[in-house]
Amino acid sequence: MTDAATRSDCPPRRLPSHLPSHPPRHLPPRAGLGLKPEHYGHVLEHRPDIGFFEVHAENYMGAGGPPHRYLEAVAKLYPLSLHGVGLSIGAARPLDKAHLSRLRTLVERYKPQSFSEHLAWSTHDTGFLNDLLPLPYTDETLARVIDHVDEAQQAIGQRLLLENPSTYVLFADSTIDEIDFLEEIAARTGCGLLLDVNNVMVSSVNHRLDPRTYIDRFPVERVGEIHLAGYDETVDGAGDRLLIDAHGSPVKTDVMALYEHALARTGPVPTLIEWDNDVPDFATLQAEAVRADALIVREAARRNRQTRAA
Amino acid sequence: MSLAASQEDFAQALLHAERPLPAGITTARGQPDAARFAVYRNNVYVGLTKALAQRFPVTERLVGAAFFTAMARLYAQDNKPASPRIIDYGDDFPAFIAAFEPAAELAYLADVARLEAAWTRAYHAADAALPDLSAVAAMAPDALPNLRLAAHPSAALIRSPHPVGSIWGAHQSATVPPMEAWDAETVLVVRPDMDVNVHIVPAQDGIFAQALFGGAPLGEAAEAAFAHEPAFDFGAALVGLHALGAFAGIHQGDVP
Repeated sequence: MTDAATRSDCPPRRLPSHLPSHPPRHLPPRAGLGLKPEHYGHVLEHRPDIGFFEVHAENYMGAGGPPHRYLEAVAKLYPLSLHGVGLSIGAARPLDKAHLSRLRTLVERYKPQSFSEHLAWSTHDTGFLNDLLPLPYTDETLARVIDHVDEAQQAIGQRLLLENPSTYVLFADSTIDEIDFLEEIAARTGCGLLLDVNNVMVSSVNHRLDPRTYIDRFPVERVGEIHLAGYDETVDGAGDRLLIDAHGSPVKTDVMALYEHALARTGPVPTLIEWDNDVPDFATLQAEAVRADALIVREAARRNRQTRAA
Repeated sequence: MSLAASQEDFAQALLHAERPLPAGITTARGQPDAARFAVYRNNVYVGLTKALAQRFPVTERLVGAAFFTAMARLYAQDNKPASPRIIDYGDDFPAFIAAFEPAAELAYLADVARLEAAWTRAYHAADAALPDLSAVAAMAPDALPNLRLAAHPSAALIRSPHPVGSIWGAHQSATVPPMEAWDAETVLVVRPDMDVNVHIVPAQDGIFAQALFGGAPLGEAAEAAFAHEPAFDFGAALVGLHALGAFAGIHQGDVP
């Protein structure tokens, strides 16, 4: 295993000076929801008490029409998080310049409080592979991802939050621990991290790691947002538990407990409920947000008590 | 292995189920596991076929979910999204369906898919205000033939030997009413404001609109419609198509 501390000696020279390391406007430390077309009308009519909304950038890359009309209206009422699922930051091939330009257009138009992407790859000669594929953690991939995160931040003109992946396989070639890998990227590019707690559970179970240890080792000072979602469960070829990052059900109890554990380290952080498949009615989504908000409030209160006691 | 080579290996194994697992992938047990790699294979194809099912819901209803998924899976095997802009995915799915032998019995299927592809293109198309037609009414009659009307960015025509608009319309409700007639139909798909509309228009109006959308001046477009149907009502067609939102601009001479 390479020593991350040595590599961190390189100065974080890559964040251009015109990019504030802390964006002037933040997402609030509240629960947020993914904004789905089936809920546009409800949200605008009832203006539910939700901390922020998040959209997948790729769904707003058309020239016009209802998606932009509604997003414009919602972005006037709520803080907005723009979440990319197609930039393929972990690819060996160069980033798609046209895609970067489309992202920049969206950032300029909607001025989101946060922009995030994944530590994954999805591009190939045959086209876009439409999944978040895993990469080995080596010095070569680390250098590649650092270049790509740097290029993306320059092109988009905003600091990026990089999300920890959920994975189903490991690479024999990997020489760097995932958390060290993420921390080094952040140290070298000035990017923040998006801590997906469901992904932590999925990867930890899948690779026989302790999810709490993962959280305990995570550089929480770099976390700008947390994601929560529901996983599916099956078994692999040997009958071992295999969790699938499915985004189609309520957040599981063990992930909520892990989230509570994470909050104790991060403090109150903007927290998104991800539910992208079999999207339920808005009330069901809002109930999930209420669960997360309750834990955020409890953590804030706990910190207040600690401060007073001190 | 370089990252580029390892990702190429991974992608080939992902896209071709008969290929061996990519070199170098493993598990915490230290053994590669096909069931785990299959999650990625499954994600790619389930994601793509689901994207097609969302874009082509009536096509799916006409053939049933199982047939649709199998057809979409075959399409996805050789047709990946050209870019991460997944909203464009399936633009050429109707052409694939037209050549798809097992669906040949449903001769109208590809045209229904064309309509559905046009529907989502209209949904995401650029917004444009509708032009004021009153200026045209005030024009000298001899200026009219040289007038050109630009298509609204959302507008598309589907001309079919099948009742494609009626079939699509009948499948918008939970229970499908019986078809009253089985005639050729021309359909205009257009989104003048925020709602995508599907209109069945007279065939000659469709020919007229198609010529205008292609850049022909009014006079030439009207002649094409007259050639098809001597009873073509030029004024009614122009006012009618305009009222539906088919046009975005009126220009004397060439469309800029």
